[in-house]
Formats: sequence, C-alpha cells, structure tokens
Amino acid sequence: MATAAFDTPKLKEYPVIPLIQVGATSHLKPFVASEAIQKNLGFPGELVEDWQAKAIAKMGDLLGKYRSLQVYMDACVHCGACADKCHYFLGTKDPKNMPVARQDLLRQVYRRYFTFAGKYFPWLVGAKDLTKEVLDDWYSYYYQCSECRRCSVFCPYGIDTAEVTMAAREIMDSIGMGQKYSNEIIGKVHRIGNNLGIPGPALQDTLEGLEEDTKDETGVDVRFPLDVKGAEVLLVTPSADFFSEPHVDSLIGYAKVFHAAGVSWTLSAKASEAGNFGMFIGNYEQLRKIALRIREAALELGVKRIVVGECGHAWRVAYSFWNTLVGIGAGGKDPFAIELQNQLDHRYKQPMHICEFTYDLIQRGALSFDKEKNDSRIITFHDSCNVARASRMGDFAGGQFVIPREIIKAVANNFHDMAPETIFESTFCCGGGGGLLTDDLLELRVKGALPRMEALKNVVDEHNVNFMATICAICKAQFTKVLPQYGFDMSMVGGVHQLVSKAIRLGDK
Amino acid sequence: MSALSLLYAVLFYFATAVLVLGLARKIRQYARTPAPLKIALTPAPVTPAGVPWRLAREVVFFESLFRSSKWTWLFGWLFHAALLLVILRHVRYFQEPVWLVITLIQPFGTYAGFAMVVGLAGLWARRFLVDRVRYISTPSDHLMLALLIAIGLTGLGMRFVRHTDIVAVKAYMLGLMRFDIQPLPTDPVLLLHLGLVALLMIVFPISKLLHAPGLFFSPTRNMADNPREARHVAAWASALDK
Ligand code: SF4
Ligand code: SF4
Repeated sequence: MATAAFDTPKLKEYPVIPLIQVGATSHLKPFVASEAIQKNLGFPGELVEDWQAKAIAKMGDLLGKYRSLQVYMDACVHCGACADKCHYFLGTKDPKNMPVARQDLLRQVYRRYFTFAGKYFPWLVGAKDLTKEVLDDWYSYYYQCSECRRCSVFCPYGIDTAEVTMAAREIMDSIGMGQKYSNEIIGKVHRIGNNLGIPGPALQDTLEGLEEDTKDETGVDVRFPLDVKGAEVLLVTPSADFFSEPHVDSLIGYAKVFHAAGVSWTLSAKASEAGNFGMFIGNYEQLRKIALRIREAALELGVKRIVVGECGHAWRVAYSFWNTLVGIGAGGKDPFAIELQNQLDHRYKQPMHICEFTYDLIQRGALSFDKEKNDSRIITFHDSCNVARASRMGDFAGGQFVIPREIIKAVANNFHDMAPETIFESTFCCGGGGGLLTDDLLELRVKGALPRMEALKNVVDEHNVNFMATICAICKAQFTKVLPQYGFDMSMVGGVHQLVSKAIRLGDK
Repeated sequence: MSALSLLYAVLFYFATAVLVLGLARKIRQYARTPAPLKIALTPAPVTPAGVPWRLAREVVFFESLFRSSKWTWLFGWLFHAALLLVILRHVRYFQEPVWLVITLIQPFGTYAGFAMVVGLAGLWARRFLVDRVRYISTPSDHLMLALLIAIGLTGLGMRFVRHTDIVAVKAYMLGLMRFDIQPLPTDPVLLLHLGLVALLMIVFPISKLLHAPGLFFSPTRNMADNPREARHVAAWASALDK
C-alpha cells in the first residue's frame, strides 16, 4: 500500500519551535501485526475480548515490575521543559508528540485506575477511562516515538519517555494489538537467526562474495569467516551489514581491521544479528531470548571476546543489558554467567564495541592509515541516540562521543561537528529508530528527520560537508531514504568503518 | 479552648498524618519496586560514588531544567529557593528558644515571600502564554499554582498589611506539638493561610508534588553507568534463569 502524499518540511536557517497543530499526525499508525506474527511471539492474535480489563491489569503488573514506570507516572509536573525537545514534535507539530503529552496518554489511564485523585476527581487531573479512542491514540502515538531519550536528558526528573513508550507497547502486545514491523522481525530472529531473515547458506555466499570483492579491490586475502570454532573474536553485527548499502562498506572495514591487527574472528550463523527488537516492544522475555543466542553462539564457538558492530540499539542492549540478561560482562554469579566468564578473556571489556576495538589498536599504533584517501570527503558525525544517551564506550564518561570522532580524525583529514545543541547527548534522532523504520510510517520518518537535516544543512553550507558518518544501521537506512527528500545526495551517509576501510593499510600488500 | 482552635488542631493533625504516612507509603513503594535493567542516562557518573553528586546538582541547581528551558528554570528555581527560605523562617513558630540561624534568616525570609510569589506568577504565566504548555496543563496544574500563590499572598498580607498576633500563633503551634491546644487567633487571613497550608500538606502525597521524592528514585538519574563492570539483576528477572 502506498503512503498518502505529504509535504516534506522546508529546512529553515534557524530551528523554530512550531505552534501546535492538534491532530496533525493522528492519521499515522503502522500496520497492525497479523495473527500469525503475534502468535509466533506468544501474544494474542487479535484484540482480545476483555481488552480493557486485561490492559489495566497489565499496566498494574508493569507498575510493580518497573520502578521507572511507577516513578515516571507520578513525578511529572507538566512543566513543559521536554515539550520542544522531541524531533517528532518539531517535525510534525502534533502536540501529542510532545514527550509530556505522549506520556500523558498512559498517565491519564494510570491516574484513573491507580490513583486517588484520578478515581475521585478525574476531571481535575485529566484522568480518563481506557476507551477505544484512548487505545487508538496509544497505537498512533506510541508508534511515533523512537525511544531516543532526548527528552529525558532535558527533564528535571529524568523522566524517560522511552520507558513509557515501551510499557505502552508491551501492554498493547499483551492484548493483541502488536505492530507488524517489529514483531515480524522478532519472529525472523527466532526462526532464522537475524532480522533480515537471511539463512546460513545465503550468508555464507555473501561472505564469499565479499572476500572476492575485497581481493579485487586490495589484492589482499581478507577473510570473512563464518562459524569458525576457536576464533578469538565473535563479531555480532546488524544483518543490514551483509546486504545493504552503505552498511556493507563498514563490514568490509571491520574485516580489514581484524586482518591488519592479525586477530582471528568469526561471525555466527546462529547469532548473525546484533539488533534486538525485543527492546523496542519493551518485552523483557523477548529481549532476553534474543540475547541468549549470543551467549549460546559464544559458548559453542569458544571465543574469547565478543565485539559488536555498528548498530545503535544493539550496542545499547549489548552494553547496558547483556550482563543483566545473560551474564556477558563481569560480576555474574549464576552458573551460565560463570561458565561464560571462565571462557572470556577479561583483560578486555566484554562486550566491546567495534569502535573501541579499532580505537585501542590505533592507540597502540597497531594500525596505519593513508588519510589522504579520504580527502575527497568533508565529514561530520551523527551521534546515534542509543549510543549517545543510553550506552558508553571506553572507560571514561563520554567515551561514546570521543572514540568515534577520534577514529574519524585518525583516518581522514577533514572533520566538522554539527551545532553543539544537536550532537553528543543532545543529538537528534535520525527519525527512524525504535521500530519505526518501516514504509508505512514514511511521513513520520521524513518529518522527524527535520531537526537533524537542519543541523546538517548548516555544516553543508558553512563547511561544505559532504559526508555524514554514523555508527547505527538504522540511521544509515533511514538517512539513505530521507536525505533525498531534503535535497541531499543519499550517498552522503555512511559508517565510521567505511572511512576506516578506505584508509587502512593492509600490511602484507 | 474554642471550637475553632480545636477544629484547626484536628485539621493539622490530620494533614500531618496524611503527609507523613502518604509520603512514607509512596517512598516504600518506589524503593520496593525493582529496576530490572540498567537505564542510566548520559551524562551519567561511571561509578556509584558519582551518583550523589549528580543528584545534588539536580536538587540544588536544577541542572537539567537549566539546559532545557531558561525561563522555566528562572521562575522554578526562584520559587523553590524562596520557598526553602520561607519554610526555614517559619521554623521559629515551632521552637523555643529559636536557633540562631533561624533568627538570622528572618529578614531574608520576608523578601523570599515576594520572590516566591513572583516565581509562581512566572510559572503560571507560561501556562497561559506558551501554547505548548497551555495544551498540557490540567485544571490541577492551575489550581496547584493558585494554592501556592494564595498561601504566599496571605502570608505576605499578615506580614505587611494586617498583622496577626504572632505570639498567640506561636503559642498555638507549640501547643499543637505538645498536644496541649491553645487558643488560635480568629484573624480571617491567618485562618485562610493555615487552612491552605493544611490543604497543601494533604494533597502532597496524591499529586504531582510527588516529583520531590520521585527525583531521588528516578533510575535514569540515580544509576551509575557501569553495566559491564557490575552485574545488575532484579529478583523477578533473575527468576527467568531458573
Ligand atoms: S524518546 Fe525521543 S522520540 Fe520519544 S518522546 Fe522522547 S524525544 Fe520524542
Ligand atoms: S520535562 Fe519532565 S516534568 Fe516537565 S513536563 Fe516533561 S516529563 Fe514532565
């Protein structure tokens, strides 16, 4: 089904906070998951009979399981400090895309059923019964949030709309109202091992093709190994790296780094995907189940280190959650965690980001580069939300900002950052994160990209920037689609390891 | 002892009980609810030792609000800082002898009363003038500001317009604390002021004023960013490992 026509917003010289336009994007909702997709994940196939009672019970359950949700439902003072911080509000003008209003969609129901004020004085505190209308609002607007957490950086209490969004999606899944895109992908991970649904043999083929291409390009035998037992490193990367442009250029970059450093590595057919959409739907069990594949693969292959490729939310899950979910990281005391700990090499961070890996080698002088090979590029860096605000790199605060930039500067001569209020922890989302990278939400994706596009335009105009590097598969896919809408060339976007790939010297030439 | 003195005594005992028990219940609820995943938010401290420092900056300076909205920060911080001074100034009604600091604070506390009302007026103006903030405001958001402003204005009224018998007020308050009810002056401004304060105490634990304890329990703000170094597991989540 084609999406209805819409206007791409005009890029302004200075960012302007729009006046609200009630209902501007109330028509935007992603396709609902089919019965088969839902059942695969153990969710009801369609909206259940007594959905209202079930949803309220689920909300109660989540309030008892997540301190974040409980505190955030109570603590908001409606100060509005977050209101103009969401890229979707800035791009769509719909007031329900203001983070506080987005939270209020759940909060109004929380108040009605779980608080004194809402039970007895609903009109006073804006409490509402859970009606079909409210549920429809949930489905629209909780799928217009990329869970990017920009708003929570600016909230005086750190109220994290992503947590609220996740809870809302979890509630909707539990009553049979799932989103097609995310839930279909999770099903593919379970069935086939990765988000794109690439079976092992196809993966093998692709990797062999990449070996040939790299040989043609460099004259060197750079390997792309799959399921090699006893390799030092297990690389887990977004499956987009195997097939999509420009993602694959970064995969070639990782392979060259491993090659140049003389570190043996492997991919795993079983855990060929780093992305974990369990996070997008806020479901702990799915999150854990998807993460378990990595632990199993690591144990089976007997690797010493686990390295994660260029994927934003995958890195959040790996860095922040893997230790909790499956004991990848230090300090676990249950039998599985201990078994894994004994196998992994704890002189290294577990898990490690590919940028940390490359940066370490650069620091130790183990890699050398012909920087001028990147001279045709004037580069800027887009901090991806999940890396910027929800995870870290290296062993110092802010490493996730410093390390990718230092890598870029080590492999290229021209670098300019975008405006300070649009990078680091204030970075603007690409507009496609959080399970929204689907064509049924194209209008939202284009409009949500507006603040990033404005910041980009400024460095294009001022410094002739012609390349925006990023370390997230979703950002890359989103930008290649959205850049042309704003009059930019889609090849302007690419990975950090794409730049590394171009400049790295492969010793044995 | 007049019926009025008794009525206000009952009101204050009731309000205090609601405030203390209500807050204790909420705090216990927050403390007991597990936080199953590490969701520290950048810029987060990399060790648990850094957490109190981060929270202190939020509590004392409203650091994040300063970054997000200068006007809200200005009025919000002004109001809260003034409120603190005003509350400290009122401590003199509950002590005999009065601590030296409280005595020294008195003149500042008086001006703080004005600052408090100005801050609140600024916050209220935003609710009418900024279309985004108008959209998200509920009647209770307005009423809360009205309540606080009324408390401030009645307080200032007694200080500058129609003095009340503060010696008697103090005797009444000290009596309340010893369960020995003294006569309360029948000054209407005073009665209004006290009644509104009691109302504020009662709504505290059932309203958005819960942002005060909430701040300390916000996982995005009180978690250290060290998930690779220390495993973090909640009980209900680790049950899945079994
Ligand atoms: S998490 Fe991001 S997308 Fe969601 S409301 Fe906040 S700023 Fe908007
Ligand atoms: S900044 Fe925080 S407290 Fe203020 S309206 Fe937004 S979520 Fe609520």
